[in-house]
Amino acid sequence: MFHIGLSHYLAVAAVLFTIGIFGIFLNRKNVIIILMSIELMLLAVNINLVTFSSFLGDLVGQIFALLVLTVAAGEAAIGLAILVVYFRNRGTIAVEDINMMKG
Amino acid sequence: MQSAFSTNDAITALPEILLACGAMAFLMLGVFRKGDSNALITWLSVSLLVAAGIIILLAGDGRVTAFEGGFVTDGFSSFMKLLTLAGSAITIIMSIHFMRAERIERFEYPILVVLATLGMLMMISANDMISLYMGLELQSLALYVVAALNRDSVRSSEAGLKYFVLGALSSGMLLYGCSLVYGFTGATGFEQIATAVQADSDNIGLLFGLVFIIAGLAFKVSAVPFHMWTPDVYEGAPTPVTAFFAAAPKVAAMAMFIRVVVSAFEGITPDWQQILVFVSIASMVLGAFAAIGQNNIKRLLAYSSIGHMGFALVGLASGTEEGVRGVIIYLSIYLVMTLGTFACVLAMRRRGGTVEDISDLAGLARNNPMMAFILAMLMFSLAGIPPLAGFFAKFYVFLAAIHAELYPLAIIGVLASVVGAYYYVRIVKIMYFDEPEEAFEPMPGEIKLVIGLSGAFVLLFFVYPGPLVTAAGAAAKSLF
Repeated sequence: MFHIGLSHYLAVAAVLFTIGIFGIFLNRKNVIIILMSIELMLLAVNINLVTFSSFLGDLVGQIFALLVLTVAAGEAAIGLAILVVYFRNRGTIAVEDINMMKG
Repeated sequence: MQSAFSTNDAITALPEILLACGAMAFLMLGVFRKGDSNALITWLSVSLLVAAGIIILLAGDGRVTAFEGGFVTDGFSSFMKLLTLAGSAITIIMSIHFMRAERIERFEYPILVVLATLGMLMMISANDMISLYMGLELQSLALYVVAALNRDSVRSSEAGLKYFVLGALSSGMLLYGCSLVYGFTGATGFEQIATAVQADSDNIGLLFGLVFIIAGLAFKVSAVPFHMWTPDVYEGAPTPVTAFFAAAPKVAAMAMFIRVVVSAFEGITPDWQQILVFVSIASMVLGAFAAIGQNNIKRLLAYSSIGHMGFALVGLASGTEEGVRGVIIYLSIYLVMTLGTFACVLAMRRRGGTVEDISDLAGLARNNPMMAFILAMLMFSLAGIPPLAGFFAKFYVFLAAIHAELYPLAIIGVLASVVGAYYYVRIVKIMYFDEPEEAFEPMPGEIKLVIGLSGAFVLLFFVYPGPLVTAAGAAAKSLF
């Protein structure tokens, strides 16, 4: 019988986190995808926290995860608001067009 | 252990509670009051920040923890909080005229600055990874909005968007690090982490978490290799907002950086020391070389601030009480110099608009000799030329690095500051020896005051450096 242990959960979280980071850097199309990648990173962190919390038998990790969820919601709201403002000015949200200033 | 929310906790966190309630009350006031409430709320916010500062001054310097150890006040936190509050209050005052002239005066701006300051105070006092993260996010979320404050400008909204994406990335990395540290130490409080780290200092998962946490913190102080956002955000954001970004959040983020590495990871000092040595060398060198080719003064100051954070990290990299004292002195002097320089940038106005190119300063010495003189002194001070204040800032951090036997770090730092002197002196040359351009518009009184005070501080610091050095020493002592 295959046993799912701590390292499996951590591996899933690490893979999700890496996908999130790559989603930010490799994506050339759309800023919405960047927002999704950020959410993915935060969810990977939550998996980590809940896993550790469960294996340590300590509730603090789950409280931390709840707080992260709350902040992530606020972060997404602010990100989308800034994106709307940007779209109004520029008429596009393609990543390669965000180049008014070099860098 | 079963103590619920007690009055003592509330008293310890009184400045923060005051700022939180005040910000919410002013928001309601701004929404429901008829007519233009911008001026009223601006001054109310400034007085709120001053009131919080007075409470911190009266509270004394003893170490007090609250909320089950999640929140701590000591000499270090009081000193850094006062610096942060001063930085925020002065930037709000500096912005009044600019916002009116650019027609972007909105009562939300001072409220957002107050909320960001509240986040910074939380960061400085955080003694637990959860409160650290909440403080950091409160500060960052307010700053993202402030960067995009001029919502009809493409540049400002682009600055906000870039800052948001990279800021969220760095928060994610910091959090991932926190989750690993939590998993491998079983605690989120800094004291418990410190105990666990002492007991098991070779844990690879713990080191992994530490690296991620340092990456997230380095982003917040805009140290290389996590500096990419700084030039764009500085250039795109409205100038008073840039002044704010360069001043208070840097102080708070550096204070948080110090507390995390010194109090939670004291047991593995050599491990974070080598990371910080690398980060600080890279920041100093990049700050010195990348600024040379810049024509926009805000962009130049962005690279300058990257370099300055590198110098401040020299002190932290030495990992001693003396080093932390050096960082505190550095940050205090840096705050004054930055505010003065940005006040000069705010005074660069022609025909109702702002000008931001370095060449626009040409011949300032003939049009406005006083401003040219003070700006020249600020530039020499940023370059670290004695006997100006900036020299002493660098002196104390390098002294700490030498006592900690980090000779290569100190030598590279001195060389980087020599290279950096080139672009500071170039500004002085443009002001004094180039053909004059049209004069700037007369500057408003509050900008004059800030320029005058910072100029006086920079020039006269060497006469009486004692109080600042003693206070910084006491603040650093409370951490060890």
